[in-house]
Amino acid sequence: MPDITLWFQDLLAGNVIFTPQTLGYYWDGLVTTTQLVFLSLVIGLVLAVPLAIGRSSERRWISLPIYLYTYVFRGTPLLIQLYIIYYGVVFFDGIQETFLWPMLREAFYPALIAFTLNTAAYTTEIFRGAIKATGRGEIEAARAYGMSDALMMRRIILPSAFRRALPAYGNEVIFMLHASAIASVVTLMDLTGAARFVYARFYAPFEAFLFVAAIYLCLTFAILYFFRWLEKRLLAHLRPQS
Amino acid sequence: MLDLHGYGPRLLEGAGVTLQLAVLSLALAVLLGLLTASARMSRNWLLQRIAILYTTVIRGVPDLVLMMLLFFGGQMALNVVTDAVYDRFGVDWYVNLNAFAAGALTIGFIFGAYMGETFRGAFMAVDHGQIEAGKAYGMSPWLVFRRIRFPQMMRHALPGISNNWMVLLKTTALVSVIGLTDMVRVAAEASRATHEPFTFLIPVAAVYLLIASVSEWLFARLQKRYDVGFGGH
Repeated sequence: MPDITLWFQDLLAGNVIFTPQTLGYYWDGLVTTTQLVFLSLVIGLVLAVPLAIGRSSERRWISLPIYLYTYVFRGTPLLIQLYIIYYGVVFFDGIQETFLWPMLREAFYPALIAFTLNTAAYTTEIFRGAIKATGRGEIEAARAYGMSDALMMRRIILPSAFRRALPAYGNEVIFMLHASAIASVVTLMDLTGAARFVYARFYAPFEAFLFVAAIYLCLTFAILYFFRWLEKRLLAHLRPQS
Repeated sequence: MLDLHGYGPRLLEGAGVTLQLAVLSLALAVLLGLLTASARMSRNWLLQRIAILYTTVIRGVPDLVLMMLLFFGGQMALNVVTDAVYDRFGVDWYVNLNAFAAGALTIGFIFGAYMGETFRGAFMAVDHGQIEAGKAYGMSPWLVFRRIRFPQMMRHALPGISNNWMVLLKTTALVSVIGLTDMVRVAAEASRATHEPFTFLIPVAAVYLLIASVSEWLFARLQKRYDVGFGGH
């Protein structure tokens, strides 16, 4: 360890802005951003599957409310949604007495709720499109086998819909990473929050923001290549055979 | 009626700022997008590289970070330039980056990258025989662009432009963070001052939905126009 510390000090020697301390802020920011994005994506995905099935339903009393939800959450800026939840959470009667309050008082959980609801809305529409695009022949074949609706959904429609949704979902993941930057607006010290702090402290906009932009760029490429690899594996049967 | 604790007129003004900003950025983004698409498709190696770098980097970094970089950094860069001018020529010249201009420039610059990709795909979708036919008629390259490539490209580009516009519209909300008084900033200020967030934030959300719905309708009409002669629909 002392070797690395020494090397690190050497590397940063004479550098006023990028001291181990500020790099620590960026690291903490990276951790917060990752937690926020990962958690909201996972919870959003879990919510989106039943919502997308409901959205594809022919019963309007099921599909219409879900359509309204996705319409509102996709049609308004995430910043507004974040403000409504962040400033509005206080106004739920009696919430201050519940065990949830210490959590909700911090900015992290309102941000997590806003991001989750937002990504769930987009993911629902992505999945709905994929479900709608299921080949008629596949459904007829499933019917001919005497599958129930639930079994057909589980065995035929969803597995192929997930694969079809993959490219669009990859974009949504990148979109979510970028959108998470607004968490810094409600005082959360995510990656962008760390950059804003460094900027304010040293009045060095280029160093502070270019550095964080490079980190985001690396994360974006990592996600991009991960999804490309996933698509290659899962959509192998759709590639032209050579 | 729409007094909203006296914030009504300011909110309305803010809505005007949002709309102006969005339309101005869109115009800039379309222009930059056309330039980028042309650079991507040109035979010049350097131009191609610059266009690729621009579209990749911009699309890989969050809007808010770019906005802060260009807004805070832009002012500093301008100061350096004006200081240098003062030192060398003795001209006392100070440019203050106006928040509205900075916002429009930044959003236009960001969405120019997205538009570039949209236009590139659309230009490539135009049947090459059409361009050859134009040349055979003795049309100049500019006339071929204006009469043949542009109108046919628009048919393919409109869905993408519409999509980018919807995202751009929502992105304008971020300018409230760098100090521009759009409707989001007024609503956020009012929420903090009055402790009634829903009173202000929900109408603002409704205005965004309204603008989105109206533009959806407008784009559908435009699409119909550019689809003329292609049947279907």
